[in-house]
Amino acid sequence: MRRSLLSAGAALLALSTAPAMADFTGGKVRIGVLNDQSSLYADITGQGSVVAARMAVEDFGSKVKGTPIEVTFADHQNKPDVGSNIARQWYDTDGVDVIVDVPTSSVALAINEIAREKNKVFLVSGAATSDLTGPKCSPNTVHWTYDTWALANGTGSAIVQTGGDSWFFLTADYAFGHALERDTEAVVLKSGGKVLGKVRHPLNTADFSSYLLQAQGSKAKIIGLANAGGDTINSIKQAAEFGIVAGGQNLAGLLVFISDVHGLGLQAAQGLIFTESFYWDLNDSTRAWSKRFAERMGGRMPTMVQAGVYAAVTHYLKALDALGSDADGKAVVAKMKETPTDDPLFGKGTIRKDGRKLHPMYLFEVKKPAESKGPWDYYKLKATIPADKAFRPLAEGNCPLAQ
Amino acid sequence: MAELLGIPAPVLFGQLLLGLINGAFYAILSLGLAVIFGLLNIINFTHGAQYMMGAFTAWMLLNHLGLGYWWALLLAPLLVGFTGILIERLLLKRLAGLDHLYGLLLTFGLALVIQGLFRNEFGSTGLPYAIPPELRGGQNLGFMFLPNYRAWVVGVSLAVCLATWLVIEKTRLGSYLRAATENPTLVQAMGIDVPRMVTLTYGFGVALAAFAGVLAAPIYQVSPLMGADLIIVVFAVVVIGGMGSILGSIVTGFGLGVIEGLTKVFWPEASSTVIFVIMAIVLLLRPAGLFGRSG
Amino acid sequence: MAVGSEPAVLAPVAATGHGLRHQRLGIALLAALLAVAPLFLYPVFLMKVLCFALFACAFNLLIGYVGLLSFGHAAFFGTAAYAAGHAAKVWGLSPELAVLFATACSAALGLVFGWLAIRRQGIYFAMITLALAQMLYFFYLQAPFTGGEDGIQAIPRGRLLGLVDLSHDLAMYGVVLVVFLGGFLLIYRTIHSPFGQVLKAIRENEPRAVSLGYDTDRYKLAAFVLSAALSGLAGGTKAIVFQLASLTDVHWTMSGEVVLMALVGGLGTVFGPVVGAAVVVSLQNYLAGLGHWVTIVQGCIFVACVLAFRRGLVGELARLIRRPL
Repeated sequence: MRRSLLSAGAALLALSTAPAMADFTGGKVRIGVLNDQSSLYADITGQGSVVAARMAVEDFGSKVKGTPIEVTFADHQNKPDVGSNIARQWYDTDGVDVIVDVPTSSVALAINEIAREKNKVFLVSGAATSDLTGPKCSPNTVHWTYDTWALANGTGSAIVQTGGDSWFFLTADYAFGHALERDTEAVVLKSGGKVLGKVRHPLNTADFSSYLLQAQGSKAKIIGLANAGGDTINSIKQAAEFGIVAGGQNLAGLLVFISDVHGLGLQAAQGLIFTESFYWDLNDSTRAWSKRFAERMGGRMPTMVQAGVYAAVTHYLKALDALGSDADGKAVVAKMKETPTDDPLFGKGTIRKDGRKLHPMYLFEVKKPAESKGPWDYYKLKATIPADKAFRPLAEGNCPLAQ
Repeated sequence: MAELLGIPAPVLFGQLLLGLINGAFYAILSLGLAVIFGLLNIINFTHGAQYMMGAFTAWMLLNHLGLGYWWALLLAPLLVGFTGILIERLLLKRLAGLDHLYGLLLTFGLALVIQGLFRNEFGSTGLPYAIPPELRGGQNLGFMFLPNYRAWVVGVSLAVCLATWLVIEKTRLGSYLRAATENPTLVQAMGIDVPRMVTLTYGFGVALAAFAGVLAAPIYQVSPLMGADLIIVVFAVVVIGGMGSILGSIVTGFGLGVIEGLTKVFWPEASSTVIFVIMAIVLLLRPAGLFGRSG
Repeated sequence: MAVGSEPAVLAPVAATGHGLRHQRLGIALLAALLAVAPLFLYPVFLMKVLCFALFACAFNLLIGYVGLLSFGHAAFFGTAAYAAGHAAKVWGLSPELAVLFATACSAALGLVFGWLAIRRQGIYFAMITLALAQMLYFFYLQAPFTGGEDGIQAIPRGRLLGLVDLSHDLAMYGVVLVVFLGGFLLIYRTIHSPFGQVLKAIRENEPRAVSLGYDTDRYKLAAFVLSAALSGLAGGTKAIVFQLASLTDVHWTMSGEVVLMALVGGLGTVFGPVVGAAVVVSLQNYLAGLGHWVTIVQGCIFVACVLAFRRGLVGELARLIRRPL
């Protein structure tokens, strides 16, 4: 009550100081896309996210209430200190009002704190950690596309329900791998499955044959890949080589993007099951948008992270339009939470108190080469997890904002 | 069934064999590194990038010219080796006689450039490359399923390593090479074109890296960063074997593959660190490496 | 072949009384420049430069003045970052105590690493330090208190001596500047002291130094520990400034980065590492906007440095004006 009075007062004050005129800091709205441009996640985020942000700005008319919108970008090289240095400089001196994307959980967590400290806005699409809407949640942050809990939940429960009730985990020995494994294991156990074993491999391992043999020896029906990027690709490729899938065991990818499937080729990736929140071929509006995106990206279809950047920026601009100001980051995010979301890629949705964007998640299976009708025709939709079931319940996240 | 160290013996055999296969890559790569270090006194940090170039050349030969795996095995080392010759002629030549550090930094910078260019062209995820039809399938050995391709990798690597060792240790050409390593001025005075020998040696070392890259293409993802982390490990192999020792790099390459394979069973998290533990111990006990001559 | 076997390249021009006056003038100028710099440049960026400059100076003490190339200096930098972060965040120590604790940790680690590594020379010394640093990296990856790759986040900057609120960037800058100048002067004093002369003698010709009756191992170890402690001072301060300690700080690429900084500026020069750190950090910052061209441009700079500026920027300048810098 007191808080709402206060914010009403602040709003009044803002109105009185800048009556009819819109109040945008620096006379501009600056959107900073900060992600990996040169390393592991450059295809998942990278320039594609910059293009997505630019498309959102253009589709919005390139202006909010007559104020021009700019998109700038930088490479954080997956290093938290490089990322936080850029973020501070952007917020403090370069007039950036909102930072978007930011894959790599360690960098995203660092920027989450900076945005809170400086009362700016942070829209996460690339990072996976569900801590951003859990213990580390912030009134300045919206986590858009996916998180570890949603991936684990979608893939874990769906597979157990279709009979895949014994699991072996191949886990990247890193915090995000551990989080994926922990969340998936919980879902598997809750759904009545069991975990027969797990092995943790160092990040960026080239050869997985040893681990795959251990997985094979466990006789588990499902081998859960709690890793990402090149590690996932190599484990899938080598599982095919060692006849793991032919021998009756199935692979479940816990963090797979369409760019990974493209890099693997259908021959190696076929049959893989995983969860994503976006696929270009879902409906007419995703197809239309993705076609425009691909034209600007040399034929590459968007990943869910890039789609998330588009949708998040669009919703952010709507909130600015409604507020007429970008000065107070908390107020902008509050406005974003208050307004229902609606965009061509994720459809209608909402943003929860803890900053979690809610939308359906989809369980996909990779097609066999014979089933694919053309380039980038990769996925079969197996199940849709509705928005209210797709993400961790508010009460379980330990987010201080939710209390 | 018999058990060794708490692990069923068949499983252990399987892991040893896998370790040997990975060791094959270490052996070929460290062999190239050792040859280059022996004659040029340069720690070739571009080696990982050149391994990657080998794999990409195989991919390009297949997708642009329709030339399959066997052609790639022949052509990719030649093409990449030729780029190595250019690098030596244009850049490394200027570093003759300088401290190791400069060669290391120059080649490290080159690796960054090459990897960056490939990433801009092909993306960071990488590209698929299929196992050649002749080598698909595998054998059931009873204790494990051995893909034919892996068996081929071990066989051909051993053959290449042995051939290289024989050439260097037993032929006239090899004796010039060894002599030039010891005392280039003297060999030059005997009428042998040492600079050309240096250039060709670098080209040969690079070709070995590219050869390993082609071998790796069907089992590892062909991606711009596939060699980036490998170089530190391979360099550790060379140091453990004894800098510049040919036999040392081959034996250590296979040996460390096996040790790493065993670590993957007993303490998987440590599998990428065990090599450094061994390196520290070896350097403290035998400073010149297992096969090196102290001097 | 030992690193430093190319005295013509690595060694600075011999320090004469004339040169010393030069250097003192340079230090005064540097201090004055840094004092007014935040008026023109973004203070957080400057703090990053200063932390890395101190790190590079500490590293340069070993390679430039003792001829020992350590390829595992990230171990000291990162250990201190974790120690300072843990002390400030979990134990709630004040920032000055946290940094002191971190420095002590790095010094202790330096004693162990140094004791093992100084038995070997040249490339073998470099490889032992690399191996030890990689083992330590593995330890930090596994240890629960470091938070894996997420690192220790949101480290409080706290209040200096319980009085000055460091959350203000300019206050923090003042502290970092004092820390940097303190470390820098300590190194400067060391290399011009009798102790430093012995170190240089070891670099030029270790057997001769031994024959003159010096226990060279003891001198090398002392220099190693001092270098580790100062790297720790830099790492601990960095953790407080950026409120972050992560695996990046202990990774081998960080060890590579500090080699690059010292090399770009000029090995064995007093000001070289500072200039080198400024150049490398600015590049990282301003190249970030180039997106996917970053690594390519970085690589070209490496190559250009080795081919054209082997003495480093400051080293080349010193040669030009024929004064040690």
